[in-house]
Amino acid sequence: MSTIGYDSWAVDLAEVGAVYPFQGSEGLMVVLGVIFWIGWHRIQFVREGAHLEKAKEMGDKEKISALLEKY
Amino acid sequence: MDGNLNALTTVFTEFYYWVTVVFMFLIHVGFCMYEVGASRHRNHMHTLMKNIMIIPLVTVTFFFFGWWIYWSFPNFPFFGGLNHDAGAANLPWSENMGTNLSDRITGVFWAAFLLFSWTAASIVSGAVIERIRSSALWVHAVMIGSVFWIIDAAWGWHAEGWMVKYLGYHDAYASGVIHAIAGGYALGVIMVLGPRLGKFAADGTPRDIPPHNPWMLTIGIFLIYSGFWGFYAACNIPAISPEGIGGLLTGETWTATNIYLAPTSLSAITFNFLMSLSGGLMAAYVVSKGDAFWTFSGGLAGIITASAGNDLYHPIQAMLVGAVGVVIVYKLHYWVERTFKIDDAVGAVAVHGYSGIVGLIIAGFLLWGAPSSPYEGYAAVNPVGQTIGAVIMFFVLGFLPAFVISKMQAAAGVLRIPVEVELQGLDYAEHHAYEDAKAEIIAADKAALNGGGVPAE
Repeated sequence: MSTIGYDSWAVDLAEVGAVYPFQGSEGLMVVLGVIFWIGWHRIQFVREGAHLEKAKEMGDKEKISALLEKY
Repeated sequence: MDGNLNALTTVFTEFYYWVTVVFMFLIHVGFCMYEVGASRHRNHMHTLMKNIMIIPLVTVTFFFFGWWIYWSFPNFPFFGGLNHDAGAANLPWSENMGTNLSDRITGVFWAAFLLFSWTAASIVSGAVIERIRSSALWVHAVMIGSVFWIIDAAWGWHAEGWMVKYLGYHDAYASGVIHAIAGGYALGVIMVLGPRLGKFAADGTPRDIPPHNPWMLTIGIFLIYSGFWGFYAACNIPAISPEGIGGLLTGETWTATNIYLAPTSLSAITFNFLMSLSGGLMAAYVVSKGDAFWTFSGGLAGIITASAGNDLYHPIQAMLVGAVGVVIVYKLHYWVERTFKIDDAVGAVAVHGYSGIVGLIIAGFLLWGAPSSPYEGYAAVNPVGQTIGAVIMFFVLGFLPAFVISKMQAAAGVLRIPVEVELQGLDYAEHHAYEDAKAEIIAADKAALNGGGVPAE
């Protein structure tokens, strides 16, 4: 019993194909991957929007002036 | 891998692409340094983060669908349907897209194309610094990196692409398929995004916004040159037999080929890479009167202009093509800036977009009548095909989708940062926290030095 389909390397490599764990569940892995990707965009989008709204009110004229001088 | 020669060729090819991928990583490092050097102090971290996160986002989407597009779209939708046979092996759930001992090449080949995808997205990233929302740019990065550039690659940078077959399109080192499209895409975004605050005076006169750190800019562009050299090697098939190509070639002489499987050599492209770099640098120095930014960027523009035909040009032709391209690009950049009030912060539209267009058209004349492919029935290289190709790359697949998506983002209010934030800088909150933390620790240490407190631990 092995997650990769082989429990010994006593094989002819010409006969060996995929060796990653849980072969057959590629479709599920893709679904999980896409959820992770889209979810990341969603989280980042919401956070950035909130941060920019907050940042609009954050500025201190003196400090901004110093930053502008710093170039 | 039956037989020693087949095994050796497979392992060599696998290693060859792997090395080019590592070299090409320098392109991204260079773009990051260039962008940070060009941005002002108050935007550094956001500028860097914006470009760095292109890497994972384009990588995962190129795995999910970009790579499949390349194999499925060569004739889709105008000259046939999707190529399901070729596409199936490159779907994200295919066994080839994983650890598979009967397929030793897909991963490195995928990675070589992926690094081109990062480059396309990174070119756009430079043009929009200091005023775009990261979330907006990252949508564009996915669109150009994993959708539009790879559609153009399927059409014009694939041995069976319809542009190659019917237009005789020839673009060996990606003047159009990477640079023209990325430049066009950048133009589409910045036309909607608008210029940085202060870029234009009240009467419309453009102001120079000098880079914060010219040294970082210089090292950045040298790293891009280095990575570009790896990119050239990645565009070739390193060693293949006429039998392996299966076209019109006769005899038994193995060769390196370009992406269309037409013969060239590593020697030829090394000559031409360096000569077009030199032509670009020399012309840019003269036309810009020694301006450092334009001279260094001119080297890059020189290579990009000559890239379409650098598999076949003579080195002196490559040098002259690079030089001519740079002069046109330089003049065009300032004309567009003045006329349309376009703020291209790093000259990306010019260096990549205009160079790509000019390079494609010049190749149409210089290589007129040359076979575009080793297979029978393909159109020969010609100026009309190259010009149509340039329009497809720059406008149809670059400018147009970028403009439409940016318009949608602007209408939803999620394209540009608020004006208050632009003025105070995107890093204001982080600077604030940094300065406060610094002040606190310095005060604690000083107190300890004067015996009035506990030292910081």
